[in-house]
Amino acid sequence: MSILLAFTAASLFGIGTYLVLQRKLSRVIIGVGLMSHGGNILLITAGRRGLAPLVGIGEPQELADPLPQALVLTAIVIGFGVTGLLLALAYRSWLLSDDDEIADDAEDVAVARLVRPDDEVDDAETLETGHGYDGTQPEKGVEAPR
Amino acid sequence: MIALLLTHLVVGVGIIAFGRRLGTRAAVIAVLPAVATLAWLLARRQSLFGGGIVTEKMSWMPALGLDLELRIDGFSAMLVLLVAGIGVAVHVYARTYLDGGGPRTGRLIGLLVLFGGAMLGVVTADHLLVLYGFWELTTITSFLLIGNDHEKPEARAASVQALLVTGAGGLSMLGGFLLLGSSAGTWRLGELLAAPPSGTVATVGVVLVLLGAFTKSAQVPFHSWLPGAMVAPTPVSAYLHSATMVKAGVYLIARFAPAFAPVLGWWRPVVVSIGLATMLAGGLRALRQQDLKLLLAHGTVSQLGFLVAVFGIGSPRAAIAGTALLFAHAVFKAANFLTVGAVDIRFGTRDRRQLPRLDRTWLPTAITAVVGAASMAGIPLTFGFVAKELTFDAMFAPAGPWWFLAAAVLIVGAAFTAGYSLRFASGLLGRDAIDPVDRSPAANRAGVGLTAPMIVLTAVTLVFGIIPAFGDQLFTAAARGLTALDRVELAIWHGLGAPLLASIAVLTVGVALHAGRRTLTPSLERAGHRVPDANSGYRGALQGLNVLADRTTAITQPGALPIYAGVVLTVAAVLPLTFFTLHGTWPGWPELVGTPAHLPIVAALLGSALAAVLVRRRFSAALFLGVSGYAMAALFVVQGSPDLALTQVSIETLSTVLFVLVLRRLPDQFTWAPKPDGDSVRARLRHRFTPEDRANSPMTTGVRARRIAAAVSVFSLVFVLAIVTSSEQPDTPATDEMIERSLPDGHGRNIVNVTLVDFRGYDTLGEITVLACAALGTIALARAGRRPARAGDTQRTAIRPSRDRGFVAPVADDTAEVAPPLLTPLSRLVIIDVTVRVVFSAVMIGSLYLLFAGHNRPGGGFAGGILAGAAVSLRYLAGGIESVRSLIRFRPWTILGTGIGLAGLTALTPILFGHPVLTSGRLETDLPLLGTVEVGSVLVFDLGVYLAVLSLAMMLFESFGDDPFIDREDLVEAPTDEVEAVRP
Repeated sequence: MSILLAFTAASLFGIGTYLVLQRKLSRVIIGVGLMSHGGNILLITAGRRGLAPLVGIGEPQELADPLPQALVLTAIVIGFGVTGLLLALAYRSWLLSDDDEIADDAEDVAVARLVRPDDEVDDAETLETGHGYDGTQPEKGVEAPR
Repeated sequence: MIALLLTHLVVGVGIIAFGRRLGTRAAVIAVLPAVATLAWLLARRQSLFGGGIVTEKMSWMPALGLDLELRIDGFSAMLVLLVAGIGVAVHVYARTYLDGGGPRTGRLIGLLVLFGGAMLGVVTADHLLVLYGFWELTTITSFLLIGNDHEKPEARAASVQALLVTGAGGLSMLGGFLLLGSSAGTWRLGELLAAPPSGTVATVGVVLVLLGAFTKSAQVPFHSWLPGAMVAPTPVSAYLHSATMVKAGVYLIARFAPAFAPVLGWWRPVVVSIGLATMLAGGLRALRQQDLKLLLAHGTVSQLGFLVAVFGIGSPRAAIAGTALLFAHAVFKAANFLTVGAVDIRFGTRDRRQLPRLDRTWLPTAITAVVGAASMAGIPLTFGFVAKELTFDAMFAPAGPWWFLAAAVLIVGAAFTAGYSLRFASGLLGRDAIDPVDRSPAANRAGVGLTAPMIVLTAVTLVFGIIPAFGDQLFTAAARGLTALDRVELAIWHGLGAPLLASIAVLTVGVALHAGRRTLTPSLERAGHRVPDANSGYRGALQGLNVLADRTTAITQPGALPIYAGVVLTVAAVLPLTFFTLHGTWPGWPELVGTPAHLPIVAALLGSALAAVLVRRRFSAALFLGVSGYAMAALFVVQGSPDLALTQVSIETLSTVLFVLVLRRLPDQFTWAPKPDGDSVRARLRHRFTPEDRANSPMTTGVRARRIAAAVSVFSLVFVLAIVTSSEQPDTPATDEMIERSLPDGHGRNIVNVTLVDFRGYDTLGEITVLACAALGTIALARAGRRPARAGDTQRTAIRPSRDRGFVAPVADDTAEVAPPLLTPLSRLVIIDVTVRVVFSAVMIGSLYLLFAGHNRPGGGFAGGILAGAAVSLRYLAGGIESVRSLIRFRPWTILGTGIGLAGLTALTPILFGHPVLTSGRLETDLPLLGTVEVGSVLVFDLGVYLAVLSLAMMLFESFGDDPFIDREDLVEAPTDEVEAVRP
């Protein structure tokens, strides 16, 4: 593992984390995708670089490590399944609300309202639920918390 | 005894099960377990009341030292006698009392049996945890008993209160038992008390156990549940308030006091004070009650305080006095409740101001009431008097000013008791009637079914009261169960000592209190309104708990996914990093660049990742993700893994199509209002840093800073982890062996594929199962609430996507406007059609080649399946979902099942031949024309993988690719006026 690849994998994780913390589901999906790329780099570089691991095309010492490759292969396919599932969530979100905004849970917001006066909650909400990128039309939220 | 407990269980459950059919006849059966218990006791009376101990044990979990261990000494035997004896009386009474009492009568009786059984368990269990189990059983059954009439709000409230208070106490007691058991090194109650542990842990344990006992026995400040519990029918109240439930706490205090009172300095002042406070509080409240049953309930609180105060002393004298008082109270209190019940059921009231004067036809009831009240007040010739004398004797024995005060309070409490006893008796006889009900006592006589149990109980009070010597053996044995002492001789005449003087004083004050009741009651009532009662404390505690829960929830559960994910990721990154900084060693820097080929790949990866963050269009972001995927494929090539590169390329292609399918529905950009300077990455970068933009952004700087902080911490963790872990290579990598054994054992040259289908076949089986779950989840999410359009639908429920609106309201078929299809298939140009068909076939053949050749050359089930999926995407792009569906007559989920089934069967087949799961087998045959053909079981396994992956791709198209006809009831939320607005 060279410093360059370690930095690359770590950067992919960092960028992925930033995206996963956003409010738009499509950005979260892209973040998960970047993170799984980072994970795959970590896995594949755990083994040595070399010739394709096919018996007979070289000396055993010259072959690349096959075990991490097998792991990454399944990781790629599973990652594809996860992407599909997350896309289905976004699709469902669109069906229900026309957007893929990850809104705050209405029940939890209701609990918060029980405890604190409305104005305080509103302040806190803008602070914490600061919307993904540049926010979204306020009236376009999935379900206005009651 | 274990058999008896089981009998209670079986009979109780049986009665509950058939209660509706049995009605009050159930009471006849219900009495049997109690009678059997009495018979059991009778057969062992010589041993039990002669100082012997009966133990029984049934192994349950010997490895944990948890056995059903019972130990019955004299004290337990006396309580068994009370529980069973009063149980018989209560069940006989219930037969008449509950007659015609509604459909839940049978259940009530069954619960009473269960409750009695649980109580027997409490007083006989030797193992602390078994005792706790029975203890909680009494809590639960009493909850059900009190709330049996669950249509009444007050019954519900009372039962919940009883459950919460005694249940919380039970939990505290469990904690106490655990502490005591672990510090004493034994779980046996007998051994624990014989050698009481000391130290802080044991002390805390004792305090917790005491808390449990206080809640159960309704001591101040936990007493408020008990008066509420009297909403239950009379048999329940009589049982709960006399021999059972409330006596459980007294039982524990009685057991613990002789062991812990001498060693713990605070025990006596605390326990005796709480008992006396309870006695006073209960007595004062009883003195002002108009409802006679409520009077008795408060009287029970008072008497329980009395008992706790006496037992709390922990001396031999206190033991004998306490057992006598316990017995006396159980007997007279049961009789009192039965009396009130009889009056209540015949006259429809138990208000002392409304009860008519009882005439001679009510003689048995009147006698019971008078004797019961006399015993409660402690008037000579009743057993209550004997017991009270003993109590005074025990209380006056210790010297010192504190005890003098305690004795004084005790006398005051006893005077209150005498006062409310008189109030009870005169009220019940109808002497205080102001506005009596219009029912003739003679016409509404209490039958023998009601009076017989009372008379028996009254007889016991009188017999022991007049000839106390009868009880010598019983009470000596009982007290000896608690502590060592000589044989006691009970007597009416104790000589002219302090106890007698105290008794005289008590009775005098009691009579005076009763005589002055006309002025006393109203002033007590006024005082009662001013003093906060424990009920408001209970309500306040409940409310406080709710508020606390709300506050905690509001803080810990904001309902915002970014916050949850941020906390999880940050903690997951910061904790290991901290640990590494403190304890880890830095291995030194590795080489900077592995091979120059990495440089362009890394540039592409990082560039596309950054761009995916910065662009504002959804499509662009998805495309940049795709670019990073292709860069990954290039990296795989450089690393020497063609399989991975193949798979990655196919998947990126397929993913991009899927992203397009979903993202086309969503708004074009992450924001709704476009930026003035345009959408290019550069403009975006420049724009982000203008102050007015920041001011306008609803995402505050704080939120963004937190997100960046989380990202940086995750970055740091991964970077450090990558450097540190890669510096440590194992001495003998598994790789060499895998390379060696691939051909001879796995019969394949492609080591990666051999690993997947052979060496690590289990993993692969798991993987495709996960894929199947993802595929099914996807299709369920995307298609929930949908159905295909049917002929004859009056309303087409197509949802037309729209840039600026949510749902466009469904438009009825009979109007001119029909929603256009969601996806207009590309114009079916023949040339495109044909081209796609040809290419499709070629790609499919390629994918099959990958599958079959994969064992020896790059490829395999995963790569082949994905490539086939990519081929399907071509068909989709050319002809839409119908074109995909027409490919094969099986639906994707059928293919998915087939794939998993094939892989699973291949994995299991070797078992038939006695080999381990997933043993690979091969078949070589000579076929004409083709020559030697070699079919390995791994190929079948890989075929399963291929099918599963292919079907995943097909299901994704099925999910996102078609026109979503939606059951409008389910999803369309457009208000009606909007529907009107859409129509021209």
